[in-house]
Amino acid sequence: MAKDDKKQSFLERMGDSQVWKSIIRSGVPRTRRQRMHAILGSVFLHLHPARLPKHAVKVGYTWCMGGLSFFLFVVLTITGILLMFYYRPTVEYAYTDIIDLTEQVPLGIMRELHRWAAHAMVLVVWLHMLRVFMTGSYKPPREFNWGVGVLLMTMTMFLSFTGYLLPWDQLAIWAVTVGTNMARAHPFIGHEGPGASLLAIGDINLVHMGSDVRFALLGGRFVGEATLLRFYVLHCIAVPFIMMIFLAIHFWRIRKDGGISGPL
Amino acid sequence: MSDEKITPAASVGASTKESMAGNEIGRRGFFKWLSLGWLAFAGATGGFFTVCIRFLFPNVLFEPPQTLKIGFPDDYATNSVDIRYKKSFNVWIVRDEESIFALSTVCTHLGCTPNWLATEAKFKCPCHGSGFRMTGIHFEGPAPRPLERYKISLANDGQILVDKTKSFKWEKGEWENPESFLKV
Repeated sequence: MAKDDKKQSFLERMGDSQVWKSIIRSGVPRTRRQRMHAILGSVFLHLHPARLPKHAVKVGYTWCMGGLSFFLFVVLTITGILLMFYYRPTVEYAYTDIIDLTEQVPLGIMRELHRWAAHAMVLVVWLHMLRVFMTGSYKPPREFNWGVGVLLMTMTMFLSFTGYLLPWDQLAIWAVTVGTNMARAHPFIGHEGPGASLLAIGDINLVHMGSDVRFALLGGRFVGEATLLRFYVLHCIAVPFIMMIFLAIHFWRIRKDGGISGPL
Repeated sequence: MSDEKITPAASVGASTKESMAGNEIGRRGFFKWLSLGWLAFAGATGGFFTVCIRFLFPNVLFEPPQTLKIGFPDDYATNSVDIRYKKSFNVWIVRDEESIFALSTVCTHLGCTPNWLATEAKFKCPCHGSGFRMTGIHFEGPAPRPLERYKISLANDGQILVDKTKSFKWEKGEWENPESFLKV
């Protein structure tokens, strides 16, 4: 067929090349079916709906808050990885490394981008939840995805909380001291919580200041060196890793639950 | 090419059939081994996660010590406030007519460190003006409750031992607790 054409367009020649086909797995899509196949054949694109209904791009309905949340997550991942090249999570260096990042490192705005994107993400995730609630989009068959979304929101808040300690200034230390004191009051596994005193052998308490859930979170009885390292690992590796798994489920379920919800 | 692929697959099938004939696993036996296998798997997984949780609880802490020996009761004069351990250990050692107790230096308003004003016989917080009597009871300024007291006892060598991991709050009636003061 191509032989009949006097001149192939650059896009067509590229689409028929072996390099293109080995990466994209199909030639340049020419029909609706081929376009759908191109989307479904890519691990990244297949999380996204193969076809968008018209109402999905109505910003007045969706506020684009889900998309913005993910965009901010990507911004935070990129800027966060860059910050990790300079930041050392030790009591000796943490505070001065943050000063260094703002004042001496090229593009000192990188740290501010990370900070502002983090604040914005908390806000945007809440607005996303508000939109989904107000439009009734949590109803079957999307109730499972609402649950996944609640987990994602919790992880957003926890990322925000763990990141708050890393500048290691007075505000950070005392905010985390107060914040983690809440864990003391957790039923059974917090040493000041209800039921903790029941977990005892004779007069030896099993749940005390050195064995409760706060102790595991802080890596000690007080916010200190161990806490800084623990929060750093949670903030940079553990929580983002779990979050990415749930993000994939969240996006995939939107598609499986009949696409993005629209006005009735 | 395709013939070669089929041949080994067929021979594998044949060999299992042969072994089945010699050493047959029945329905009951199959389920026995299956449940045993699953139990072993569940046990190993559960054990691994238990170890993971235990891993989060360190055995050795690199924290500043929370207990301190502060000398003998006779070192402290009656009706005095000792400010020697204020900076290093964040406690005042107070001795009144009948007891010695360790007061926390953390203001109960917003966590600043008050100063002991000997001439006025009160602790005065520089941040928002909260005032506390020698006993730790608040009487002026925004502080909502008295200063906290720490666990105090006599060690075997007769020295006073202060333990900051346990605190006693007046508003909960904990100052009655014999661990919160030292009778002299």
